[in-house]
Amino acid sequence: MASQALSPGRQTMRRMVRNTSVLIGGILVALICLMAVFAPFLDTLDPNQMSTSTRLKPPGYEGVMKIYTDEGRVKVPVLYRMGSDNLGRDIYSRVVYGARISLVVGLAVASISIILGMVIGLVAGYFRMLDAVIMRIMDGLMSIPAILLAIAVVSVFNAGMTSVIIAIVVPEVPRVVRLVRSIVLSIREEPYVEAAITAGTRVPLLLYRHVLPNTVAPLIVQGTFIVASAIIVEAILSFLGVGIPADEFPTWGNIMGTARENFQLHPHQILFPGIILAVTVLAVNMLGDGLRDTLDPRFANRM
Amino acid sequence: MGPYLLKRLLATIPVMLVVAVFIFLLLRLTPGDPAAMIGGDYATEAQIDEIRQTLGLNEPLLTQFVIWIGNILQGDLGESFFFKKQVSELIVARIEPTLSLSLVTIIFTVAIAVPIGVLAAYRHGSWIDRIVMGFSVLGFSVPVFVIGFGLIYVFSLQLSWFPVQGYNRIGNGVTPWIHNLILPALALSVIFVAFIARMTRTSVLEVLGEDYIRTARAKGQTETKVLMRHALRNAAVPIVTVIGFAFAILVGGVVVTESVFNIPGLGLLTVDAVLNRDFPTIQAVVLLFSLVYVMINLAIDLSYTLLDPRIRY
Repeated sequence: MASQALSPGRQTMRRMVRNTSVLIGGILVALICLMAVFAPFLDTLDPNQMSTSTRLKPPGYEGVMKIYTDEGRVKVPVLYRMGSDNLGRDIYSRVVYGARISLVVGLAVASISIILGMVIGLVAGYFRMLDAVIMRIMDGLMSIPAILLAIAVVSVFNAGMTSVIIAIVVPEVPRVVRLVRSIVLSIREEPYVEAAITAGTRVPLLLYRHVLPNTVAPLIVQGTFIVASAIIVEAILSFLGVGIPADEFPTWGNIMGTARENFQLHPHQILFPGIILAVTVLAVNMLGDGLRDTLDPRFANRM
Repeated sequence: MGPYLLKRLLATIPVMLVVAVFIFLLLRLTPGDPAAMIGGDYATEAQIDEIRQTLGLNEPLLTQFVIWIGNILQGDLGESFFFKKQVSELIVARIEPTLSLSLVTIIFTVAIAVPIGVLAAYRHGSWIDRIVMGFSVLGFSVPVFVIGFGLIYVFSLQLSWFPVQGYNRIGNGVTPWIHNLILPALALSVIFVAFIARMTRTSVLEVLGEDYIRTARAKGQTETKVLMRHALRNAAVPIVTVIGFAFAILVGGVVVTESVFNIPGLGLLTVDAVLNRDFPTIQAVVLLFSLVYVMINLAIDLSYTLLDPRIRY
């Protein structure tokens, strides 16, 4: 009886909370978001602060950072929880601040590619004239392996956050377009859409009111997976040295990229950011898997 | 089959054309002047002008595109800005390591993923199944370079079983060749094992409920034969479908793995080309990989008829 009284939205919420992957993934993602937001308060230093006298120190090393300011040299006692890198920067602080970049890139890529993909997909699915042209272009873009396409795009612009986001969005858009288009194609055959057409509903309103709502659940699921893959691709680009430069923002990818030369003697410099990167991606993927099962059972069967 | 093959081959032309136009425009619309880049820092204005003439950079964009495509179709991929060599020569020299790495990765993947996928489906719901599924989520989430460095740390630095980095040409003997390839191929295969094992499990699970499996068991066929001959064979079509997708991941994985293990293949060439803004090389590598990708997808479509005689074109 109780469940009958709940609205469909509340029922979905209930199923989501009861789903273990949504719960574990969601809690982990929330913790990482908190870490990103409260990075300055987690006993961190300026992640870009260099210190030549304390380079390449092991985890747990206690030393003195010599910082040059306008007033002269200042000595600051410091505890390197995860050791220091080749420029004496605190790896712990860089890892904590790195969460910001991963999350910003992940969310930005997901929202931009979903908005672009949704518009293009709605147009392709609804206007037969444009469909063939648009889908040929999308097929072409999809036949360039995603990381290669991202690398090619990034090589054109100067390295930095914006170019990394653009580079990851370009290969993601065709995938969203395909998804939206396939939903539109199946929805437009539905009796209520035909009824709306007969009633004289104009196309923009028809798309907005009858077609768009059907794309929401699959797009939330797809969006979660885009966040996960964007975080990985950003890390890969930055690791390879073509993404976000290490002296601009610390990111998990460029911390590992910087640490490569000294890997044999200081493997922990790669292992710490590597582990947190893996945990983050795992959490987002778990969230996505769980959301797919609870929000969109039809989509789950399609996989 | 003949007319279908022709039709499919023709259908790849517009796709490749889109790829070519995109790659051409992307690198032509860059802020820098390619002629100035080829000339280097010490070139005079006149020298740069000459380079511009020979490359046809003064022509309208469409003419440039036609010249470029014409050259590529004749096998002339241009000259690398950075390596000062023909791009085609560069690519040929780099193919062996990449092919070796991909091949060993595919062997590892099939050897690990298919048995554990079948086992997970056979023991559906058991702890084996749960471990396989858990591993599959994990394998998707841990980036290949993290796995690569983890393997180097354990097996090269701690145990000294394998060399830390580098590549040995197969011409120097199979043993050193495979010895250098085991760790990179293992690192690269993790994501595929995760993926293929999951696919195998799903499709075998579906097939195991079929009537002919019951019949095979009823006539006293051993369980191994039921799984291998009846279940796996019929489960093969969905597994083959994902190979195209897997190739796209493979290319990305090769770029990263070659970088981590310092293997001088096409992936490392791509990274070096991007770091040095070597546009002719980037264009050629992207075109090459895309062409292979399109061809693989074509081959997959055609292979369905071999795996499932019910599908006819």
